[in-house]
Amino acid sequence: MRLVDRHGRRVGHSSFTAPDPARLVELHRAMLIGRRFNQQAGTLARQGRLAVYPSSTGQEAAQVGGVLALSDQDWLFPTYRDSVALVAHGVDPVRTLTLFRGDWHCGYDPHRYRCAPQCTPLATNASHAVGLTYAARRKGRDVAALAMMGDGATSEGDAHEAYNFAAVWNTPVVFLVQNNHWAISVPLHRQTAAPTLAHKAVGYGMKGYHVDGNDAAAVYAVVSHALAEARAGGGPAIVEAVTYRVDPHTNADAPQRYRDPAEVEHWKERDPLIRSERLIRDEGLLGDAEETERALAAFGAEADAIADTVRERLAGAEELDPRSLFTDVYATVPPLLEQERAVLADELREV
Amino acid sequence: MAAAPGVSMGEALNRALHDAIEQDPDVLVYGEDVGPLGGVFRITDGLIGEFGPERVFDSPLAEAGIVGTAIGMAMYGLRPVVEMQFDAFAYPAFEQVVSHLAKMRNRTRGAVALPVVLRVPYGGGIGGVEHHSDSSEAYYTHTPGLRVVTPGTPADAYSMLREAVECDDPVVFLEPKRRYWSRQEVDLPVRTEPMATPVVRRPGTDATLVTYGPMVETALEAAETAAAEGRSLEVVDVRQLAPLDDGVVTASVRRTGRAVVVHEASVFGGYGAELAARIGERCFHYLEAPVLRVGGLDVPYPPPKLEHHHLPDANRVLAAVDRLQWESEWTDDGEGRVRP
Ligand SMILES: Cc1ncc(C[n+]2csc(CCOP(=O)(O)OP(=O)(O)O)c2C)c(N)n1
Ligand SMILES: [Mg+2]
Repeated sequence: MRLVDRHGRRVGHSSFTAPDPARLVELHRAMLIGRRFNQQAGTLARQGRLAVYPSSTGQEAAQVGGVLALSDQDWLFPTYRDSVALVAHGVDPVRTLTLFRGDWHCGYDPHRYRCAPQCTPLATNASHAVGLTYAARRKGRDVAALAMMGDGATSEGDAHEAYNFAAVWNTPVVFLVQNNHWAISVPLHRQTAAPTLAHKAVGYGMKGYHVDGNDAAAVYAVVSHALAEARAGGGPAIVEAVTYRVDPHTNADAPQRYRDPAEVEHWKERDPLIRSERLIRDEGLLGDAEETERALAAFGAEADAIADTVRERLAGAEELDPRSLFTDVYATVPPLLEQERAVLADELREV
Repeated sequence: MAAAPGVSMGEALNRALHDAIEQDPDVLVYGEDVGPLGGVFRITDGLIGEFGPERVFDSPLAEAGIVGTAIGMAMYGLRPVVEMQFDAFAYPAFEQVVSHLAKMRNRTRGAVALPVVLRVPYGGGIGGVEHHSDSSEAYYTHTPGLRVVTPGTPADAYSMLREAVECDDPVVFLEPKRRYWSRQEVDLPVRTEPMATPVVRRPGTDATLVTYGPMVETALEAAETAAAEGRSLEVVDVRQLAPLDDGVVTASVRRTGRAVVVHEASVFGGYGAELAARIGERCFHYLEAPVLRVGGLDVPYPPPKLEHHHLPDANRVLAAVDRLQWESEWTDDGEGRVRP
């Protein structure tokens, strides 16, 4: 499924229509912010200011297109790869990086942002999305969820269990699978014998959508449609967004060991931002040439400003209080941990 | 650039896998990213190139499937060596490990052996984000039927991994990942003491530090510092945590009369509780002080910027040694009287 090709030209589709011009512009703007954010975080990782950063450069359309399709009350269940999705979802960009900076495991309040902590054990948060939407329905609330995972994660048993629960309980969950072709060094063809990952939906009695994941308009349209259907009781769905991880798995990876740089170049030509910008220019979605230039420059400046803020706010060393290690293990601090806190305080006094 | 002297633990493990594959056509190595990438820690570096994808290969990303298929292979005569990428990513395989890997021999009254090696890089100290630093040994040691081993030196890493592959029991081979880069002068191949036997890493007379895996180096450092301060600490490296052969441990503690058990894992309900209980049972009349345990805090593994507060270091070990009731030591006053 594709609505805009890599040259920015619209492609007709029998069941899906492209989002309206304002949405198309919004998708582009959010992708620009995402791209700059990825670059900034990558730089911070190289400088050692982040412990690690899994970049999603090249995957912005899949993340932004999926997230912008959510309604205000909906929840996001992201992975480590999905920082850009979090930013598009409205999470404070600096707090998005708390995990990777190594300050804490999750830097934001999930309830405030309707966004679960970024999940590293693969596919394990997908069933959480099923349970949360089940609970919301029980409480009479119209809440859907977008559960994100990678191509590799679909091999995990937890993925299969979540798909099945969602289908059997008919909970409004859309599983957005970003097929970026690699699970660290393992290519997709070693991961699955299915014709596509979207095909997996069939066995669970779900709908599966196979989407050009570098076409933000298509991802947005399909996820919106799948969410609306799921909300209306039509069942959950798998949306496979076909995209590509342009950067290494993380800054610690060595992709030259396992993939051909020509493959990366092939995908760079299909960059999601190139096509959305072309569409905007060719169709004059931001006005005439001069107005377009001005508006795009403003988006660029906004993205830069966000990246600058991230850099500045991460520049100083935040004082982390080691006593905080003991506070949120249980609802109240048990005696054993009170004792350990006192011992640690003694240790710290001695050094 | 001249190579650093000696062999690193990572290199020793790589060589052990290499030699095991070369020696026995039934040995094969698989898991996540162990092929062209050589594993995220490069422990399988070069193996697929040398032995081909029939012997070394990447599997689908599913730990339960990795261990489950290894069990099936072992039932039919292969000797799979499978890698879990990190400690916490072995948990999806827990069912296979506990319900099948550990029990098959017993369930079948010895008819089916499972010579599987489950390699697990474990423990912290590398600045990893959550789920990359667990000390998961007690989950395994609490499961009868598994051999749980962990090397503390490069020579042991080589020798114990070779022995694990040759062993007819399933072996959970815990690799102290923060020590992958620790080096030792040793000529490979080497065979050290059988893995089931604890060894004295450093002799001493005043107290025994009982430890294993990543803390062997830490304990040796503590013993070095203590020596400079006039206190002689013996360091025992347990090596095979389960089943435990406690002879060397009890002999040492009976000699020194004092013991501190040291591990990186959280103290509560940790493997150190087993060691301390056993020492208490076997050495009660020889002990000058209660057996103390040193370990990590009883909190979820902290984020990178706080992990140093969790990880035991030589200072924490020495602080425990200081608490071994030295003031109650009775000495001969030279006139035939023994005084505190
Ligand atoms: C249960 C589990 N096993 C292994 C890992 C280690 N690991 C982290 S990312 C990754 C590859 C995941 O690939 P994919 O699902 O395609 O997502 P991508 O990283 O490409 O976004 C692996 C093996 C993990 N995080 N969780
Ligand atoms: Mg992937």
